[in-house]
Amino acid sequence: MGELKLMKGNEALAEAAIRAGADAYFGYPITPQSEVIEYLMSEKPYERTGMVVLQAESEVAAINMIYGAAGAGKRVITSSSSPGISLKQEGISYISGAELPCVYANVVRGGPGLGTIQPSQADYFQSVKGGGHGDYKQIVLAPASVQEMSDFVKLGFELAFKYRIAVLILSDGVIGQMMEKVELFDQMPRLTDEEIYEKFPWATTGKKKGTERRIITSLDLDSHKMEEHNHHLQRKYKTIMENEVRSEAIHCDDAEYIFVAYGSSARIAQKAVDMARAKGIKAGLIRLITLFPFPEKQLQAFCKQGVKGFLAVEMSAGQMVEDVRLSVAGCAKVQHYGRFGGIIHSPEEVLRAMEQQIIGG
Amino acid sequence: MITFEDIVKPENLVYEKTSLMTDKALSYCPGCGHGTAHRIIMEVIEELGLEENTIGVAPVGCSVLAYEFMNIDMTQAAHGRAPAVATGIKRTWPDKIVFTYQGDGDLAAIGTAETIHACNRGEKFVIIFVNNGIYGMTGGQMAPTTLPGMKSSTSPYGRDIETMGNPLKITELVAQLPGTYFVTRQAVHTPAAVRKAKKAIKKAFENQRDDKHGLSFVEIVSNCNSGWKMTPTDSNKWMEENMFPYYPMGDIKVDGKLVK
Repeated sequence: MGELKLMKGNEALAEAAIRAGADAYFGYPITPQSEVIEYLMSEKPYERTGMVVLQAESEVAAINMIYGAAGAGKRVITSSSSPGISLKQEGISYISGAELPCVYANVVRGGPGLGTIQPSQADYFQSVKGGGHGDYKQIVLAPASVQEMSDFVKLGFELAFKYRIAVLILSDGVIGQMMEKVELFDQMPRLTDEEIYEKFPWATTGKKKGTERRIITSLDLDSHKMEEHNHHLQRKYKTIMENEVRSEAIHCDDAEYIFVAYGSSARIAQKAVDMARAKGIKAGLIRLITLFPFPEKQLQAFCKQGVKGFLAVEMSAGQMVEDVRLSVAGCAKVQHYGRFGGIIHSPEEVLRAMEQQIIGG
Repeated sequence: MITFEDIVKPENLVYEKTSLMTDKALSYCPGCGHGTAHRIIMEVIEELGLEENTIGVAPVGCSVLAYEFMNIDMTQAAHGRAPAVATGIKRTWPDKIVFTYQGDGDLAAIGTAETIHACNRGEKFVIIFVNNGIYGMTGGQMAPTTLPGMKSSTSPYGRDIETMGNPLKITELVAQLPGTYFVTRQAVHTPAAVRKAKKAIKKAFENQRDDKHGLSFVEIVSNCNSGWKMTPTDSNKWMEENMFPYYPMGDIKVDGKLVK
């Protein structure tokens, strides 16, 4: 068993970055995730593993530092919260176009604009539909516990380098700020310079004599080549959709009504399932772990199983619910419930919404 | 009779194109200074034997395709972000030689924050800043360095400083920051200027190679004959008469000390 600690979600993410063998964190403070850079600065990872921690002048600069270092084969991570994530979108688009691996976290707060500093899940569209310009996707992992804030850093780096893609850990103010027991994974070594030369033939590490030079770019003025590059990206996303869907089904085997949720909403919905079961309602929960790729097939299977209705529970005006509707394609009733703008729904509200909008509606 | 073969011999070679320039035809307009600037940077890297260890960062602007001409590993950055991209590379590969190549719109308008903060942190890389007072790539719009009264497609009646602001002397500005170690302004429009500019670029790369404390910043005031709507010869003359008084040639900071 790994080391057990009581930590905030943001601290667990920061500690996991060190333990995952990250080469650098570049970031800019913003509530409710400033503990990430504060923890890293106080922890001195440059003494523990040689990891670089740098406070950038802006989120824009931070994501471009990520772009530069990732292009040079380094294992790099950043984090921010909603308004800061909006600023990073240019860099995310470039990272996606140039196919660079990186991990970044969004500890979501209520918006739009400066919004609030309280928790929200209103950045779903930005996360899974492409917050920057162009046809691109990123893998989106949704932690629902402090444990997963740690575990998903490790998983995120594995996926990022497997597919040369940006991996977003889509958290929220609840998961980032709350303290829970977390089992930390053991320290992983950082890659040596030689390992980087060997493993990443695409990385800019200095042109060795007699070898082709390496270019990191998202530009091609030849539109036919750019179309082919886009086809390549889409094939990659399809492979990810076929192989990397992750979700957790809770009390779904005999369920007639299913809550669909992720992150802190999934924890609230799980409580609502227990309350429903106590009242004799056959309710279940599918907790989404990957938001892209989206568990379409899992939802479709529930339809075949005879599920009568789905309630999408999310702290937004209704974003993920659109993907639930697309997935089940009219086979069952789909409704949305959620508080937003920084307000967190209660299990009672969520159960009432299921009873009124799905069962009785 | 003397034949072609008699003359073309290694011992008669007086000049050879650096192997660090590719054979791809330059995309720059005939008469433009970018090609010369590219060449002398690559010559310096070759002469210092740094090519296996160097990573360049290309900007957005006319030199967006610099990586097609410079035969080294390169990363193409978003508009203005080259100093942040270079920071990411240099901080994680401190033993590599890293440089950015940026134009005036890239470095002194959209990328002002990245430029100033990289300089202020004393990042140990080289910035080559080509200032031609105009946005060349997008078709001749006003730049942060466009001179007062100078016409461009977005200042068609001349730059009015009351409404459009003053040209930004960002090189003098970054020289004031403790993080810069070497700041100089050069040109590449005459053989003498090219020799001086190359010497300055060499010093900049040597500073980085020797791990000197801070950033080396080389401005190259250059022409844009297409954007200025002049012949190459006229543009160089206009540059000397108008750009050089506003952007005076020479070193501003050497070995961490202001000299001007």
